[in-house]
Amino acid sequence: MTIETAEAAAVSLEDVSVSFGSHRVVRDVTLDLARNRVTALVGPSGCGKTTILRAINRLHDDTGGKVTGRVTVGDLDVYGRDTQPELVRSRVGMVFQRPNPFPTMSIFDNVVAGLRLNGVRNKALLHEAAEAALHHAALWDLVKDRLQTPAVRLSGGQQQRLCIARALAIEPEVLLMDEPCSSLDPIATAKIEELITRLSSDVTIGLVTHNMFQATRVSHYTAFFLLGEDRATGELIEYGRTVDLFDTPRDPRTKAYVSGEVG
Amino acid sequence: MSPVATTTGLGTGSPGDGGAGLGEGAARRRELILAQSKRSLGRRHLAGRVAVALCMVAVAISLAPLVALVAYTTSRGVHALSVDFFTKIPTPAGIAGGGISNAIVGSLIIVGLAAVMAVPVGIATALFLLERRGRIAGTIRFTADVLTGVPSIALGIFAYTVLVEPFAHFSAIAGSFALAVLMLPVIIRSSEAAMRNVPRSEWEAGLALGVRRGRVVRSIVLRGALPGLVTGNLLAVARAVGETAPLLFTTGSQLFNLNPAQPTAAVPLTIFSLGTSPFPADQQTAWGAAFVLLVFVLVLSIVARLVAGRLNRQAR
Repeated sequence: MTIETAEAAAVSLEDVSVSFGSHRVVRDVTLDLARNRVTALVGPSGCGKTTILRAINRLHDDTGGKVTGRVTVGDLDVYGRDTQPELVRSRVGMVFQRPNPFPTMSIFDNVVAGLRLNGVRNKALLHEAAEAALHHAALWDLVKDRLQTPAVRLSGGQQQRLCIARALAIEPEVLLMDEPCSSLDPIATAKIEELITRLSSDVTIGLVTHNMFQATRVSHYTAFFLLGEDRATGELIEYGRTVDLFDTPRDPRTKAYVSGEVG
Repeated sequence: MSPVATTTGLGTGSPGDGGAGLGEGAARRRELILAQSKRSLGRRHLAGRVAVALCMVAVAISLAPLVALVAYTTSRGVHALSVDFFTKIPTPAGIAGGGISNAIVGSLIIVGLAAVMAVPVGIATALFLLERRGRIAGTIRFTADVLTGVPSIALGIFAYTVLVEPFAHFSAIAGSFALAVLMLPVIIRSSEAAMRNVPRSEWEAGLALGVRRGRVVRSIVLRGALPGLVTGNLLAVARAVGETAPLLFTTGSQLFNLNPAQPTAAVPLTIFSLGTSPFPADQQTAWGAAFVLLVFVLVLSIVARLVAGRLNRQAR
């Protein structure tokens, strides 16, 4: 399946499959994340969306998942023989399902964790990066007077925005978001969505979501995943502009899913 | 020292909350961050490798005594084993032959009784700790922790004053009591941890069905914690079976005996007394007894793991 996006790709996946032991979770995914666009990964639970997302920043190195195929971020061959995973991850930020600020760190320390733990000591740079990141996450005005308070004092939605700020502080080219709103209320969700829209002019975003409305609201492109014939391995069914995929899906399975006939 | 200091100024690249874009400061920051983290990446990789190597050395250091102990005990003790060793009672000092059936049976009785005393009390206490917060629970927990640190010989003397002195003779029960007190804190803490692993939402799901509290505890909490309970309790038993000091003042005798109220032999005491004997035949028997004890503890630990694994699979 070839899909024309006519836009430059920030992330390319070619024939990517991920297996855990003998179980192939998702197979033969070929997909581009267009530069400075939001690409939503949608589909029912267990069809490999998150697994594919985590293949982009090599998180499977630590989960025992085996990744085959080719992944590139910009000009970087993610699974290249000499590629250090740390280098990949310093160009690709990630936000998880549940807000996971480091509970032992202050707000400020959380935001600059990715810099400090990577050897950046320069105080002026740390402060500048923290302020910029908190601005981008729309948190600056809220926390600027209490940067030294523990991060866990923030509400759930604020914590998630802090995690976004933490991911942005390393100035990544790509931001991976794994159902970032699934544990948030509608108001906090709306704020995160607004943020995603705003950030997408500068960062390439891959967004896993269960919420179809969210995909239509914030994404430019949508990739639809479903379990294949064997009912065990996820596959990419259809990929295209979000408007096209939802209005005029080419595959009947996509049509059934987006119209709510099957879940 | 740093090339950044002069070029960095706040405000250059920080747009307002409403502004779009990461600003031109972003590209510059990205360069600086990459440069600084790349500079230390090689050092950090090296440090990482050194740390992994140190961990492996630490593993080797902690495993070495264990492996040496098992190997040595096996090589010295395995010769002593025979059918007689398990079925006969000891021969008089210095005379070859005989066995330690008295001690094996005695140890099984003593430890079995200790488990009967300690397990129900321990699990019930753990349940109490699970349900109650506040000062009483905190005090119990603290006491249990302190009890873990009490020297086992002190427990032996305690059992002596409570159960030996008043009756004017040694007994298996007195030894069991000392071992039960020894096992109790371990059982309490491991059982509490096992039951705490059952998610609160499962309790509540049970209660929300109108199920009585006691029934929820039995069918959901205890059942869910069963693998952990079995492992923790069996390991406590394994720990107790090798204890010698609590038995010194309590069990007495080398006689073959099945009555718990009477003086009873035990494997650790046999090892203690025969191991210090001047006769090679006795020392050989002591090595054999040590090997038997080692195998028993090993088997118990393996059983604990197998049972827990089986229960875990059933739960899925």
